[in-house]
Amino acid sequence: MKPILRVRELTKRYGPGCPDCFDLTGAGQGTNQCPRCKSILACRQVSFDLFPNEVLGVVGESGSGKSTVVRLLHFDFEPTAGRFYLDLKAGQQSGSALAIDPDQDLFALSAFHRRRIRNERMGIVYQNARMGLHLKVSAGGNIAERLLMAGWRHVGRMQSRAAQLLEQTEVPVRRMNEPPRNFSGGMQQRVQIAKALSTQPAVLLLDEVTTGLDVSVQARVLDLIRSLQQELGVATIVVSHDLGVIRLLTSRTIVMRHGCIVEAGLSDQILEDPQHPYTQLLVNSVL
Amino acid sequence: MTPGLPSEATPPVADWRDAMPSNRHRYSYAFLDEGAKREIRRKMLKAVAIPGCQVGFGSREMPIARGWGTGGLQLTLALIGPDDVLKVIDQGADDSVNAVNIKKFVQRVTDVPLTTDTAAATLIQTRHRIPESPLGPHQLLVFQVPIPEPLRLVEPSERKTRRMHAEADYSRMWLYLYEDIVKFNEITVGARYPVIVNRRYLMDPSPIPRWDVPKLNRGEALFLFCAGREKRIYAVPPHTEVTPLSFEDFAFRVEDFHGRRCERCGAGHSFLDEVVDDESGRRTYSCSDTAFCDQRSRQNRQGSR
Repeated sequence: MKPILRVRELTKRYGPGCPDCFDLTGAGQGTNQCPRCKSILACRQVSFDLFPNEVLGVVGESGSGKSTVVRLLHFDFEPTAGRFYLDLKAGQQSGSALAIDPDQDLFALSAFHRRRIRNERMGIVYQNARMGLHLKVSAGGNIAERLLMAGWRHVGRMQSRAAQLLEQTEVPVRRMNEPPRNFSGGMQQRVQIAKALSTQPAVLLLDEVTTGLDVSVQARVLDLIRSLQQELGVATIVVSHDLGVIRLLTSRTIVMRHGCIVEAGLSDQILEDPQHPYTQLLVNSVL
Repeated sequence: MTPGLPSEATPPVADWRDAMPSNRHRYSYAFLDEGAKREIRRKMLKAVAIPGCQVGFGSREMPIARGWGTGGLQLTLALIGPDDVLKVIDQGADDSVNAVNIKKFVQRVTDVPLTTDTAAATLIQTRHRIPESPLGPHQLLVFQVPIPEPLRLVEPSERKTRRMHAEADYSRMWLYLYEDIVKFNEITVGARYPVIVNRRYLMDPSPIPRWDVPKLNRGEALFLFCAGREKRIYAVPPHTEVTPLSFEDFAFRVEDFHGRRCERCGAGHSFLDEVVDDESGRRTYSCSDTAFCDQRSRQNRQGSR
């Protein structure tokens, strides 16, 4: 099977950089900050594949670069180096007519094209709803924004699509015209999920979706994500520091530390039989 | 003796202005110095070349306050020549304070003839209206613009709005209209209705009423916009497509004056102002464009005679 998404040698450096950066940082050196030039390598030469229908977990402590990877893939900021390929045919898995050349490095595209790809082919859910939603704009409007960006120009159709998505994500449809700042944290996350799914993306990115929610709400949101993922078959990357989330949702996992991938494999294998000392520590420290 | 200092033998001039041949020659023609005019003309050419795109320029200090039409005035002064005939309107009226003062000033520094007749004017500076009578290819319309950035309503950061223009990402403006429809079941934007120029740039047509927006589309005249305080020039060249943002199920509408007529000239197809009589409380309507109204009243009188 051919991967739907390929990432090669993705690197993000904050700071000037020096010739020794790569030798002096990383999991082996125990830091992601270069002692010579003080640059921080948030992620360094990260490569992985994502297959159709698959849920990939990215796990690691805070500062390990897992969110950086996902947000680079969402074109939130520019990578220092690396290549990123999406293998999608027009109309595949969504109504989008946007075809992407599988051999085209997406980081080399213009901002205009990247925005279109992001909007029509990818969806993201952030830990903080403030980053993914306009809290003062109605929940329906937030979903409509993505549809408007994709070229929808019919208010009635956008409203019914928003209502359908909110129903799918278990947000009461009668509260569609309320701004998400009136909503609880769990509901805000569900609105974010509805927004991310509105243009039927081929890739869904979940960045610490349940962090900061209380346990019962976490369970509901995770349940929702799992059932939607199975229903829609959208390839998903789940970023979390919570091994419970990884166990529940993912089939394959990448373990990151100090900007490097230290271990990758099937989730069950990594959780039951961790090989790398850091992964062993991580698994052992679950309460 | 130090060169450059007046010698003690020549009596000093009491007031240096008296030494000048006439008052008018204290400033260069049309007030602005030639360098300033050249820069503004260059920026206007750029604005015409990229319809709807805001071009920055070095806005000069003018003898009227910022916010009173300094942008429009600078364009007028950079464009005007001895052969021009000038008309200035303020919300359709030829005789309101803003229009009168600008007219007086321009005449003082150029001596051009003034007119209130739209057809006779070659250069029209306007605040928030487009004249009712159709404009011809020999005419220039200069708009005074308070806020040139249409996205300012939804995004306070200049950096971000520039990025949005560069990527033609106007979803936030669309979202604003969508929210308006959700709340009020119609688009409630009265003036400054956002338009797309030449299928590319979102443009603020200055606070003209919706009534005037269709006049921008494929017009005969050149429309120039300038915001003095915000230091931006933009333009709609003749025969350029200008489309107001609208949804398939919520189309753009102009103001509805159905069943109302101008009390003075009887016009039923012009933009009407509501006039409330203080004593009786009766509501009447009159044309906002005074020159148009005058012309029609004159015709009516001639017809009845």
